[in-house]
Amino acid sequence: MPVSSNLANEPARVVEMFRKMLVIRAFEEAAGEAFHAGQVRGSVHQYIGEESIAVGICANLRDDDLLTSNHRGHGHSIAKGADPRAMMLELFGRVGGTSDGKGGSMHIADFSVGMLGANGVIADGCTISVGAAQSIRLLKQDRIVVNFIGDGGINRGPFMEALNWAKVYELPVLFVCENNQIAATTTTRLVTAGEGIAKRAESFGIPAITIDGNDLFEVDSTTARVVAEIRNGSGPQLIQAMTYRLRGHFAHDPAGYRDPKELEEALGREPMARTEAWLLKNGVDADEIAALKAEVDGEIAGYVDEAANAAWPDGALAFTDVQDVGAPEFPGESR
Amino acid sequence: MTEMTYAQAARLGLQEEMARDPKVWALGEDLGYEGGMAGQYNDLQAEFGPDRIVDTPISESTIMGAAVGAALAGTRPIAEMRFSDFAMCSVSELVNQAAKARYMFGGQARVPMVARMPIGIRGGIAAQHSQSPEAWYAHTPGLVVVTPSTPANNRGLLKASIRCDDPVVYMEHKGLWGMLGEVDENDQEPIPLGVAATVRAGSDITIVSWAAQVGVAAEAADVLAADGISAEVIDLRTLYPWDRDAVMNSAARTGKLLVVHEAVRVGGFGGEVAAEVAETLGVPVARLGGERIPIPFSIPLEEAYKIKADRIAGRVKEMLA
Ligand SMILES: Cc1ncc(C[n+]2csc(CCOP(=O)(O)OP(=O)(O)O)c2C)c(N)n1
Ligand SMILES: [Mg+2]
Repeated sequence: MPVSSNLANEPARVVEMFRKMLVIRAFEEAAGEAFHAGQVRGSVHQYIGEESIAVGICANLRDDDLLTSNHRGHGHSIAKGADPRAMMLELFGRVGGTSDGKGGSMHIADFSVGMLGANGVIADGCTISVGAAQSIRLLKQDRIVVNFIGDGGINRGPFMEALNWAKVYELPVLFVCENNQIAATTTTRLVTAGEGIAKRAESFGIPAITIDGNDLFEVDSTTARVVAEIRNGSGPQLIQAMTYRLRGHFAHDPAGYRDPKELEEALGREPMARTEAWLLKNGVDADEIAALKAEVDGEIAGYVDEAANAAWPDGALAFTDVQDVGAPEFPGESR
Repeated sequence: MTEMTYAQAARLGLQEEMARDPKVWALGEDLGYEGGMAGQYNDLQAEFGPDRIVDTPISESTIMGAAVGAALAGTRPIAEMRFSDFAMCSVSELVNQAAKARYMFGGQARVPMVARMPIGIRGGIAAQHSQSPEAWYAHTPGLVVVTPSTPANNRGLLKASIRCDDPVVYMEHKGLWGMLGEVDENDQEPIPLGVAATVRAGSDITIVSWAAQVGVAAEAADVLAADGISAEVIDLRTLYPWDRDAVMNSAARTGKLLVVHEAVRVGGFGGEVAAEVAETLGVPVARLGGERIPIPFSIPLEEAYKIKADRIAGRVKEMLA
């Protein structure tokens, strides 16, 4: 189990995590470009600027731990171990995609690594997490469930219902609120009562901690502790990871509502450069980092090329995996 | 006449009604700055203030429930749900509360609200953002269900829905937001609810449809015309109450009925129309609707779901053969 509360002593592990962050950043940049080039359609919610949260959380999970996500799920998926190549194929709607092209960006899932799905409906992942934890209990397993939710999502009833339920039954759920302070075009502070997400969790008796989500080391060490406690039966806990959405709500949002000063400040706190600076200070040389970046960029560019040239699924595929009893039949291409 | 989009026409209708009646207001996510997902609320918050274009938290049950409460207490709210898929988070407030309050309370209550929930395929937004659940609400006593198909309809029907004293489920089609059409700005009158429109006159068969599928049916009628087949196309506009007279008169004249909708055929509202016509007139009827699958993401899969003009034309030819 790759648990460490003292990441600073393990440069090799930091490099590994930094590489994951690079993969997410490159994947998201490429997804945005492909969207603007008209190669990817629909809604592409990029995770740019929040990479350290998913990576820091998931580095402390086992493959068989479960994850539920939201609309901004690419980073969560990659961090949990989903294959970015299959994800890119999915975004392009091609054969070999994570969901055979049925789901697209908002429905990325990889059950082989416990990633139970991104979600197009805000906060629906909260209640699903509670149920997954009930199953874990019933099966007498020591797995845990992590639910990623945004600061906008906490105002939906299912979030509050899930907190209450998880605590009443002391379920092994880690709620991770990625607080980027905005929900689509709305500053969440303006539509959220009370003293914030952590207090909200505490009012249910759920331990909650607020951390700098853009600090990989803080995310990692906090998660290592909290995950160990949950696995040992502490019941649910919540981590509020403060962060900033560096791009629009989705790829086609120019985010004109954003204060440029705020954005500039946020760029100074963004996680890639901070992690890189730490590596440079701790004996990893600039050439090695440059090589790592080039390698990752090349890897992702390769996936884009492959996806752009991959086969489209056959119309018949639209009719599979609906249900067993009463399965629909493909009426044929020539109807 | 002014040319404008379906979204602009809706905005105009809402603006006119808000100016006309200070009790009209709207609540929903991202209405102020964003102006709604298609600009259908653009600048209305600046014009009417934040108490009449209310930005809400992401709290669908409360958006719908608050609209019910506001209507019971004397105003005329529009609950903007953004996607009919998200309105599913507030079905109880709509179906158990809004639809039944007048009846349960013996006529003491009225619920003059609009539950505005866009439907349909827009291209690549997949299973949780593309559904057409109009039949769910047409099935629910107490609700009016409206499905505008053109810019002019979207303005006129929205106005009527806002003035209606019953709860109205107002289902714009997301694929139509950018559709251009003529709107007569001088004519301020709403389009009456429950009245269909004949969009193509014909004598061989009656095709009934609504929302985005009306345009596809009209395209099919044009294809058929080239083959010497005269199809009448009726846009229902209001699904409940639907315009029985218009449909029955047409089907009695043409002797055949085909109902076409984007929503899943099984349990779809086309079944209701077809059955009523068959029972009343005894003429041959048929339905075309989506297969019973979720809406997929990838282009060829999504295309496999859609009902295209050539398929409608083919079905018509089978019926006339
Ligand atoms: C139930 C529901 N309501 C509304 C939406 C539309 N929507 C998608 S993302 C979003 C904002 C979410 O903000 P937040 O939870 O803070 O996550 P972030 O986008 O900041 O990561 C909204 C309103 C939705 N998908 N589901
Ligand atoms: Mg947010």
